[in-house]
Amino acid sequence: MRIAGKGRIDRSAPVSFRFDGMQYKGFAGDTVASALLASGVRLMGRSFKYHRPRGVLTAGSEEPNALMTIGVGAAREPNVRATVQEIYEGLEARAQNAFPSLDFDLLAINDLASPFLSAGFYYKTFMWPRAFWERLYEPAIRRAAGLGALSGEADQDRYEKAFAFCDLLVIGAGPAGLMAALVAARSGADVILADEDAQMGGRLLSDTETVDGQDGADWAASVLEELKGMENVRLMSRTTVTGVYDQGTFGALERVSHHIARPDGRLPRETFWRIVAKRSILAAGALERPVAFQNNDRPGIMTAGAVRSYLNRWGVAPGKSVTLFANNDDAHRTALDLIAAGVHVTAVLDSRTDAQAQGDYRLIRGAQVCNSTGRKGLDAITYRTTSGEDKLSTDCLAMSGGWNPTVHLTCHMNGRPEWDESIASFVPRQDAIPDMTVAGAASGRFTLHGCLTSGADAARAALSALGMTVADIAVPQADDTPYAITPLWAVAGKGRAWLDFQNDVTVKDVKQAATENFRSVEHMKRYTTQGMATDQGKNSNVAALAVLADATGRGIPETGTTTFRPPYTPVTLAALGAGSRGKGFAPERHTTSHAASVAMGAPMIEAGLWYRPSYFPRKGETNWRQSCDREVGHVRNAVGVCDVSTLGKIDIQGADAAKLLDFAYTNMFSTLKVGRVRYGLMLREDGHVMDDGTTARLGETHFVMTTTTAAAGQVMRHLEFLTQAHHPEWDVRIMSVTEQWAQFAIAGPKSRDLVNGLVETPIDNDTWPFMACGPVRVAGIDARLFRISFSGEHAYELAVPARYGDALFRVLVKRAEALEGGAYGMEALNVLRIEKGHITHSEIHGRTTAFDVGMDRMISAKKDCIGKTMAAREGLVDDDRAQLVGLKPVGAIKKLTAGAHLYADASEAVPANDQGYVTSVAFSPAFGHYIGLGFVRGGAERHGDRLRFVDALRGIDTVVEVCSPVFLDPEGGRARG
Amino acid sequence: MADALTLTATTPCYGLLPKSIGTCDLIETNLGRLTSIAPYKQSALSEALKDAHRLAFPAPNRMTGNDGARAIWFGRDMALLVGPTPDAALAEHAALTDQTDAWACVTLSGEDAAAVLARLVPVDLSAAKFKRGHTARTQLGHLNASITRTEADSYLILVFRSMATTLVHDLVTAMESLAARR
Repeated sequence: MRIAGKGRIDRSAPVSFRFDGMQYKGFAGDTVASALLASGVRLMGRSFKYHRPRGVLTAGSEEPNALMTIGVGAAREPNVRATVQEIYEGLEARAQNAFPSLDFDLLAINDLASPFLSAGFYYKTFMWPRAFWERLYEPAIRRAAGLGALSGEADQDRYEKAFAFCDLLVIGAGPAGLMAALVAARSGADVILADEDAQMGGRLLSDTETVDGQDGADWAASVLEELKGMENVRLMSRTTVTGVYDQGTFGALERVSHHIARPDGRLPRETFWRIVAKRSILAAGALERPVAFQNNDRPGIMTAGAVRSYLNRWGVAPGKSVTLFANNDDAHRTALDLIAAGVHVTAVLDSRTDAQAQGDYRLIRGAQVCNSTGRKGLDAITYRTTSGEDKLSTDCLAMSGGWNPTVHLTCHMNGRPEWDESIASFVPRQDAIPDMTVAGAASGRFTLHGCLTSGADAARAALSALGMTVADIAVPQADDTPYAITPLWAVAGKGRAWLDFQNDVTVKDVKQAATENFRSVEHMKRYTTQGMATDQGKNSNVAALAVLADATGRGIPETGTTTFRPPYTPVTLAALGAGSRGKGFAPERHTTSHAASVAMGAPMIEAGLWYRPSYFPRKGETNWRQSCDREVGHVRNAVGVCDVSTLGKIDIQGADAAKLLDFAYTNMFSTLKVGRVRYGLMLREDGHVMDDGTTARLGETHFVMTTTTAAAGQVMRHLEFLTQAHHPEWDVRIMSVTEQWAQFAIAGPKSRDLVNGLVETPIDNDTWPFMACGPVRVAGIDARLFRISFSGEHAYELAVPARYGDALFRVLVKRAEALEGGAYGMEALNVLRIEKGHITHSEIHGRTTAFDVGMDRMISAKKDCIGKTMAAREGLVDDDRAQLVGLKPVGAIKKLTAGAHLYADASEAVPANDQGYVTSVAFSPAFGHYIGLGFVRGGAERHGDRLRFVDALRGIDTVVEVCSPVFLDPEGGRARG
Repeated sequence: MADALTLTATTPCYGLLPKSIGTCDLIETNLGRLTSIAPYKQSALSEALKDAHRLAFPAPNRMTGNDGARAIWFGRDMALLVGPTPDAALAEHAALTDQTDAWACVTLSGEDAAAVLARLVPVDLSAAKFKRGHTARTQLGHLNASITRTEADSYLILVFRSMATTLVHDLVTAMESLAARR
């Protein structure tokens, strides 16, 4: 029921929305919860386990009951707290965990079965037979008990991540936070003020207190107005600081467009912030705790503070006749506010026998509510005094068991709160988080004056720690009446008294846990599931452990709390993973020939981050093998063109450049002549092969090293390490030039014809023999030509500055085609190199040595190099090691697959008989059958042996013959020709 | 003999830029020649750089010079000479490597430029902390980047040429997000 003239909603802006298909009206500034309450709707959800009818308990993000699914379609969002969701025109909210409807829920049968469903029930009941748990029991239980569900479709909305930096992060914009931000801002600090609410002001918006004689909310508005105008202040509303991490880093979730009816499609729904702050002030306030009594969970029963919020902030009377049940003075304000607003207050039941009335209302001292009635909404309560039990008709019970400081963030780095007897609450330790000060109600200061003062003090402390001068600001006057409380956790009695509303945990459950010896608070939590729902026990933790303390005969401080972990409130995985959807997961690296390759229809495959063409299909080719075989033929018989720019290229310069190469490579490079290229092998410190490639000497002190595509970064890092750590005294500098040069392999018997059609000065075998290199001019451009071959054919690599890559590739392909050749892709490249026995990282996979790949003689005896000593270790040069071999099919099945294992012929395919494995295979057009490379124990001496070939994964079992890994042109005549 | 042949140059962001979204503009910037300078002895190189190009060798996270010739700190013991062809005398004291084609160079400018970069860069690039002439080698999303503030609302961003598509995609997404908030 809306109360005329009350609330901070915009009555000139009516908003209509739907809840479970029914149309409702509210105003701008309403939450779903306030608007439904204003429309007289109390039943908003069904409980997790027993499907009990539930209404709102709170008015904030701690809400355990009123969870709804918001929106429709792919992007619908489950488990949204109605107390947080702002309404907008056309909003669709649905109740959860109810079948067929919220009003008539068949699964409420669980409530009648409750005697069997108490703590530990599942553990005890569904033990046998074991296999039934996963297949039958768990799915059934999960269906019956639960929260909302995702749509199952991909969410197409945007989410984003962002970074922010500040001198001071103030968490919470209630009186303490506002005061802290004001002091820091006026002192010139860079301030971020973050608050989870849409409107800043905290309890000042919900209570009727005054600040310096001014209405508290008006004071908040004036402070915010001032802060808004300051360049050094960033106000972040709808932003929940969810976690505290090392080095002053905070995680925060901003709800960007959840409150907008038709958001711009480019707007993210949420932004996950990482805020780095030199100092922080936690002013997150406090959460009011319910009192446990029989049937304390009926719609219409809520915390006293929530009643004041609905009344003062949203102008809603949550009932026609409201009863108050409290154990502290603070809660009495609820009665005063209601009376002032013209709402009937039936009585104030205070459990303290010495309670004093603060106004003109019926106060019943020493009273405890012990039961309630009303299935889908409260209609009466029963209370007990020394003179017996009595009943009161009421449709709303405002209860207060006191307040718990919001200590959660202070526990994210293993801090534990301390028990403060005077307020019967846990308060945070001030040193729990480095460089964080806790202020206001979060620190246990429960008066408005205390909040303002501690906010200002915290800011001063932070500023002086930052070495800043503090602006002179007087703390405004406000109420400082001490907070008076006598603890009351649970009212004695039969029946179920709810502690954890969200996970349906009762006082009885906690006692049962203690009885069954789950006496540690952590064990109790897991046995009962108390505090394990999405509210993380915000409403129930302290009461539950108080009940446990009582049941185990220990004090509350000795019992202790469970561990609060991030996030403070739920964070969507979409926000945490923002930017990583689809290809956002990794950047794409495109070669300069990318567009041309795609235009030629080449399927692009990933090689690290690079995209490379797999093959270039031509008309009439129906599968990749046809294209691949043709492309292999181009290279073997005419000329093929392939973009090899993805190989790492490292510019190495300096007087000591040759020394670095001798040190990094196993073989000698200082003897390499200018204008020549040499193949090199590089070891890791542990003696295993790191990478291979060619290095060209462009000048006396200038080399260009090529690495494999996969190891480009690793080799660069390795060389950095060698030059920085081993030989910082050397005059040598390294720089990646991978991106600077577009480089193309031109391979095949007609390759020189193609090259000579491009270069300004023609070359021949004498001027440009195998392994020659040097500068050439192509179309007036300075280019580099290398006569090197990965295919085994007469071949070149031509490098031009990357800007010309696209144009050159198109020219090369066209001219190769005119010579009856063409472009070739990764598949053909692989076939060509396997036919030639050239290794890649399939062979030098990190566990093989130079010895294993038959290159042990490349480790020069004349010099030291990285990995040389370790490579000579016993066991790394053992003749029985698996050595590189070639493989040919000789069995019934002619297909070979990489990954298969090899066993002695006719022996059982078990690990004990393992003789080796297959690393690379290809169908060789030159031989007309499959060929493979692999490693076989003592393989270098076993050419001609037959082995059993078993690919357990693909179900292939055949026989292969071991042979030389170089299938084609072992003398190398083709490359030299 | 070579046939009459011309090769047309293509810029890294060809077909991707410019983009104007919200308050921000993203354009590809032709910086002229880019040369990495890795000195063997920094003091000697500094002198040579001063003599040849009237540029001081930049301190870490700083840029020296102006539009005509700039030196941007580019990592440990390294600067990027931006604009002129490097004087041959520099080669005596430093490894010079042509990087003109290696980097996609874009300029992001506009009122929201800092906020756009705050979506992608884990470094404080706000006007108060990252002033004109400040530079950083850092991450932009997944990309390794060099970011320099060239004007009050302008950043020069360099990433590997091969990553231009991802760079533009990431920046445009962030620009759209900021535009949608206005």
